[in-house]
Amino acid sequence: MLERRAVVKALVARRKDLLVVSGLGSCTYDLAAAGDDPGNFYLWGAMGAASLIGLGLALAQPKRRVLVVTGDGEMLMGLGGLATIGVQQPANLAVVVIDNERFAETGLQKTHTAHGFDLCGVATAANFRTVQSVRSAAALNAALPLIHRAPGPVFVSIKVSPDRPPFVLPSRDGVHLKNRFREAVLGGSLG
Amino acid sequence: MPQKAAGSRRTADVDWPDEIYGVFVRETIRQIAYVPDAGHARLIERCHADRKMRTVVLTTEEEGIGVLAGAWLGGDRGALLMQSSGVGNCINMLSLATVCRFPLLMLVTMRGEWGEFNPWQVPMGQGTAPIFEQAGVLVYRIDAPGAARETVEAGAQMAFNSDRAVAVLISQRVIGTKDFK
Repeated sequence: MLERRAVVKALVARRKDLLVVSGLGSCTYDLAAAGDDPGNFYLWGAMGAASLIGLGLALAQPKRRVLVVTGDGEMLMGLGGLATIGVQQPANLAVVVIDNERFAETGLQKTHTAHGFDLCGVATAANFRTVQSVRSAAALNAALPLIHRAPGPVFVSIKVSPDRPPFVLPSRDGVHLKNRFREAVLGGSLG
Repeated sequence: MPQKAAGSRRTADVDWPDEIYGVFVRETIRQIAYVPDAGHARLIERCHADRKMRTVVLTTEEEGIGVLAGAWLGGDRGALLMQSSGVGNCINMLSLATVCRFPLLMLVTMRGEWGEFNPWQVPMGQGTAPIFEQAGVLVYRIDAPGAARETVEAGAQMAFNSDRAVAVLISQRVIGTKDFK
């Protein structure tokens, strides 16, 4: 079974000018563990909003690739956001769910995906242009080019083991993270 | 042009939706996220028709707080349109704006406030301003059509230059009471 830290590391291994938003909890720790970058916006709250922050960012920066890395619990809280993204059809947005079928922060309770709920089915119904389910290293390797280059919106669900790796904690200062991100994207044109 | 929503509302004398649209143009608002309200219908139409603006229809109001945070991260200014019944949906998500000091300009058309026919609108309409204030949002009010432009301008300044979450409440007296006849 795939391990979440290795998966997220692979997602950003050759990131170039990729912009990344991470959903609260384990995905924020995974992204920090893969290497801090000013083009990372780590969420510590706002559950359900990760994919929508990605949408607003993708619309504002249509020439940049935007990757949202979030968990199944976070995605389930904002399922309507998939419908909203489907209407906008951002070609530069990829939403990747690291699906451990658990609410890992709160005691590893099973989420809906542990009971057969099909996130990819929702993304397909919401008119995402590319939808993939990943359960193996080979499938992950095949999905990476789609995540980075396929016309979006792209949705990929990656099943991972429910193991909890050690905490790697990025900054929790939202103002700092916001301003650092904007400087990285906008350079001297901060308004 | 007086505001008319499919003939279902009494009309106001001042062209306040067009005045607000004018503020959006001058403030270079690019992303307009909304859950519709009849009171916002004309403003939404004007934004739809503007090729420099991107309208984003939402399934629920709190989505817009995420969209506009992302917009700001990418250099776009935005506005969120909703009616008062949607404010309760936003409470936890407002922490994204207040913790990170994201500019957030919200225009809220009021129900349950002045001559309301539908009792189901009253609890959220009466709670709108205190709930926003509890959540750390600055609350401005438009009680007369002639105040729309300056109030939205002031709200935009406070949002985009002072990095604040601002709600501009548009009174039911301005919009006209929904007529169920």
